[in-house]
Amino acid sequence: MIYQVRDLRLSFPDMTRKPLFGAAPRIEVLRGLTFDVPKGAVLGIVGGSGSGKSTLGRAMLRLLEPTSGSITFNGRDITHLEEDDLRPMRAQMQMIFQDPMSSLNPRRQVGGIIAGPLRVQGHEGIPAKVTEALDMVGLPRSFANRYPHELSGGQRQRVGIARAIALRPEFILADEIVSGLDVSSQAQVLNLLQDLVRELGLTLAFISHDMSVIRRLCDRIIVLYQGEIVEQAQTADLFAAPQAEYTRTLLDAIPLPDPDQVWV
Amino acid sequence: MSAFLEIRNLCVTLKGGAPILRNVSLSVSAGQVHGLVGESGAGKSMIGKAVLGTLPRALAVTRGEIWLDGVDLRTLRPAERRRRIGASAALIPQDPLTALNPARRIGPQITRRLVDILGWSRADAEARALELLAEVQIPDPDRVMRSYPHELSGGMRQRILIAAAFAAEPKLIIADEPTTALDVTVQKQILRLIADMQARHGTALLFVTHDLGVVSKVCDTLSVLYAGKVVEEAQMRRFFMHPIHPYSAALLAATPSYKDPDGSLTPVPQSVIDQVEREVTDHDRRAGL
Repeated sequence: MIYQVRDLRLSFPDMTRKPLFGAAPRIEVLRGLTFDVPKGAVLGIVGGSGSGKSTLGRAMLRLLEPTSGSITFNGRDITHLEEDDLRPMRAQMQMIFQDPMSSLNPRRQVGGIIAGPLRVQGHEGIPAKVTEALDMVGLPRSFANRYPHELSGGQRQRVGIARAIALRPEFILADEIVSGLDVSSQAQVLNLLQDLVRELGLTLAFISHDMSVIRRLCDRIIVLYQGEIVEQAQTADLFAAPQAEYTRTLLDAIPLPDPDQVWV
Repeated sequence: MSAFLEIRNLCVTLKGGAPILRNVSLSVSAGQVHGLVGESGAGKSMIGKAVLGTLPRALAVTRGEIWLDGVDLRTLRPAERRRRIGASAALIPQDPLTALNPARRIGPQITRRLVDILGWSRADAEARALELLAEVQIPDPDRVMRSYPHELSGGMRQRILIAAAFAAEPKLIIADEPTTALDVTVQKQILRLIADMQARHGTALLFVTHDLGVVSKVCDTLSVLYAGKVVEEAQMRRFFMHPIHPYSAALLAATPSYKDPDGSLTPVPQSVIDQVEREVTDHDRRAGL
């Protein structure tokens, strides 16, 4: 198991309802999640807006600290580790963000962006590793000297992927990385991700609201609803016989590109 | 039935020359839903903006006719043109949060058009607004009229914009990606609401979307755009069964469906992009651009 998550809870203070004196009431975003991620798995995390998908992802990477419960990464409890202790582990866990325009520094060239994490982690032979990462995501090497605004949405998302894989992490979290893309670039990015998972033996957690995309990519799925896991299953099982009421509602709501779909 | 909106050979260019829309023709009749689909940057939204006269300042209509209710808008003086558009067309925008003024209560935002543009009395406009909020299934319309946008959910805000769009009984509504910002379960409710309202009021609806799944649920006919050029115009069912243009077929092949897990997702092939690009260049050469 690369991840073992046990009774994970996370709450934020609700500042909109904070009394003048005293502590703000807390909103529970994650309400006791328990699941495992086996090595080499591609885990889909689905749910509606506000279900806690992104918060869960951020807690797994310890960008947020859980309120209670535990997260074990590669056998080590990281639930409350300090940033100094986390930093060496970050080379093993990387993230690809939803909006490449706001997650790529507009003032740096692509080469510098990809080299960033390598420098922080004290790697050597950085230029060669940058070139290799560009090759792996299918971008021309000359793109190292371009700025993010010169690229298309799909190309920018490839830069985000290149930056994540340059460190050769064991685990990557992809948070809604294709939802801003046109279908054609979406298909390209999904195919690329699938190839990389296979070639590099990555473990991937893929957050999405789109069941059709999840089905294409993932081998197991967690369905979140209001901060709780309402269903976790192998992909084939979940689509063959969804167990939770909410999973069925979610599936029924998707407009398929098919005029004969019953959709009432 | 003659078309309520008929666009003929519409050309829009960036001031300074670059074409944005290339000879676009389409028509929408009362009670009909016409979809505009294409990738981002294809010019889908610009067609709606050209009709409503809300093109960005850097763009201009350089050629073509826009017939709205039997009158070519381009032959009218600006004031008359605005009056006609205001009286017979309305927009359902994409993002319900930016479309509503955060500093004003909901009520006046719905009634404003009725009072300011159509000259209704305030009391009549408010009665109409309440009626519409009930029609778009908003619970407790009285309270919502007095609420501010931030007090309501995304789905509620989109319902309010739908109510506002139908308020003056327009004969044409342009819906510009009205559900892109919403959750799938909410999207379904909103799409059904728009379809119900459109059918009940017999409105002509121009529906801009990038989602072919949505098209198959709400549209009767559609135009596929690439680089501001209509590459295929089709009846909806025929389009999904037998897309004629290779670009249309490629778009369909790139659209994922959870019902079809083994079918591989194919990006639009370079050969198809080359072909449409060639068609666009040929078109520009013929048009002397």
